[in-house]
Amino acid sequence: MSAILDIRDLRKSFGETEVVRGISLQLERGQCYGLLGPNGAGKTTTLRLCLGLTDPDGGTIRLAGLPVPQAAREARMRLGVVPQIDNLDPDFTVTENLLVYGRYFGLRDATIRDRIPGLLEFAGLSHKSDARIPTLSGGMKRRLSLARALVNDPDIVFLDEPTTGLDPQARHLIWERLKQLVAQGKTILLTTHFMDEAERLCDRLSIMDQGRIVASGTPRELIAAHIEPDVIEVFGDGASDWGETVGRALSQRFERTGETVFCYSTNVQPLLASLDQRRELRVLHRAANLEDVFLKLTGRDLRD
Amino acid sequence: MNIPRRKDFRAPRISWRFLHVWRRNFLVWRKLAVPAMLGNLADPMLYMLGLGFGLGSLLPQVNGTSYITFLAAGTVAYSTMNSATFEALYSAFSRMQIQRTWDAILNAPLNLDDIVLAEAVWAGSKSFLSGTAILIIIWVLGLSHSLLTLWIIPISLLVGLTFAAMALVMNAISPNYDFFLYYFTLVVTPMTLLCGVFFPVEQLPAALRVVAGVLPLFHAIALVRPLVSGVVPASPALHVAVLIAYGAFGFYVALVLTRRRLLV
Repeated sequence: MSAILDIRDLRKSFGETEVVRGISLQLERGQCYGLLGPNGAGKTTTLRLCLGLTDPDGGTIRLAGLPVPQAAREARMRLGVVPQIDNLDPDFTVTENLLVYGRYFGLRDATIRDRIPGLLEFAGLSHKSDARIPTLSGGMKRRLSLARALVNDPDIVFLDEPTTGLDPQARHLIWERLKQLVAQGKTILLTTHFMDEAERLCDRLSIMDQGRIVASGTPRELIAAHIEPDVIEVFGDGASDWGETVGRALSQRFERTGETVFCYSTNVQPLLASLDQRRELRVLHRAANLEDVFLKLTGRDLRD
Repeated sequence: MNIPRRKDFRAPRISWRFLHVWRRNFLVWRKLAVPAMLGNLADPMLYMLGLGFGLGSLLPQVNGTSYITFLAAGTVAYSTMNSATFEALYSAFSRMQIQRTWDAILNAPLNLDDIVLAEAVWAGSKSFLSGTAILIIIWVLGLSHSLLTLWIIPISLLVGLTFAAMALVMNAISPNYDFFLYYFTLVVTPMTLLCGVFFPVEQLPAALRVVAGVLPLFHAIALVRPLVSGVVPASPALHVAVLIAYGAFGFYVALVLTRRRLLV
């Protein structure tokens, strides 16, 4: 089956800076695909390119079988978008937001009104149907943004950092809903910099950095391919001294940020034995996760 | 301001979907329709009653009519200009920049050109409402009994579209609301004072009369004032053509600059 989103060697520059530098990726129908990367990696620009809101300097995009940006308007008929910053209509009620947005797709009022109860139920907003937007919590606004993105019954949904700024309860609810969408056969492309989000939701993901895809695969594949299976984090007074004198030598890979050291290894017994002698240090022994891969590939430096 | 790129100059690409955006703005307006309409009526009425009777009582007839009738025609043009200008500056800017309503619409199957057109037509519609409101005042006050005044209704829409398109140019390059003050100080206020809203242009020195003659508000008034007096305007095609030219050119420039601003 052909990919619902097919990006080949996509390039985009702003002035002298090339922010998307030769990205290729293919999304199969029914997949949840994650685009991970630090701030400024080019994730949002990639989404804008796929929407046809900015023209690429090179490469091709096919969305729902249509070339973008040439047929972007038609392609957007099959697409839903949850933007990074909520742009719900503050002058309208919850229901009116869905109605007005549905009209942009050329849907008849009767069709939209038939869909609204289902959308509100999906978003857990049935009791808020006549509420005005400024009275909604941050989580409710996100859920309404998600419902709005579904008003045209799209094949594919783009979500740009869907849970940034939400509390854990609200975040888990969004995750549940996204899983439901995938179960219904929708395709999802989401950007995030929350690794647990990507690990839970995504069938496949790509890690972007400085406009390039630096790694792609399932979360498990990425962890297996790029990182040692065990991590020992050591922190507290003296942790960096212990790290430099002992930890570094006993690890396959060793990293330090401030007073915390990270020892990556396939055999952690010697490390644990050494730490047994140093009871004043605080130790966390855990399995390697996607965040470790992410930090290894994109570095620990701040990206501001 | 960024220099427009070559692709920003391409011909407008618009579709009937612009009506959905117009309808969105109408739906918001409808929620506050009563105070909005009262504002449309009260503001020009206060002008006309205050200046018309207050100042008018000191004046002999102006161009063969009472001062209040003279002023009423000026007020039609002035108010339609203002309605569209305010809508296309402050309201459009808040939808574009503050509420990000345009961003949401751009994720649907509409183009930026559709949105800019919708904003122009919507602002023109606001002018249509204020022009009609003042026409009603003119009838109620008995300032004109001519059926020719009905032409004021479509003219209000045309004048509104013209000034909406011009204001959307400012909207496209504005960093914030304060920026619009330049437009009022440099464009709207001089035009109001030079183009014959409050007194006949003939009273101005020759050089200023020439300046007034090329401004769009002058041509709006040249259409409206004879109609209020029950006379067919002289060379109406010229005045309509000037308004259309300002509107069409303004719309295209607004489009180019808005593309440059948002489609980066």
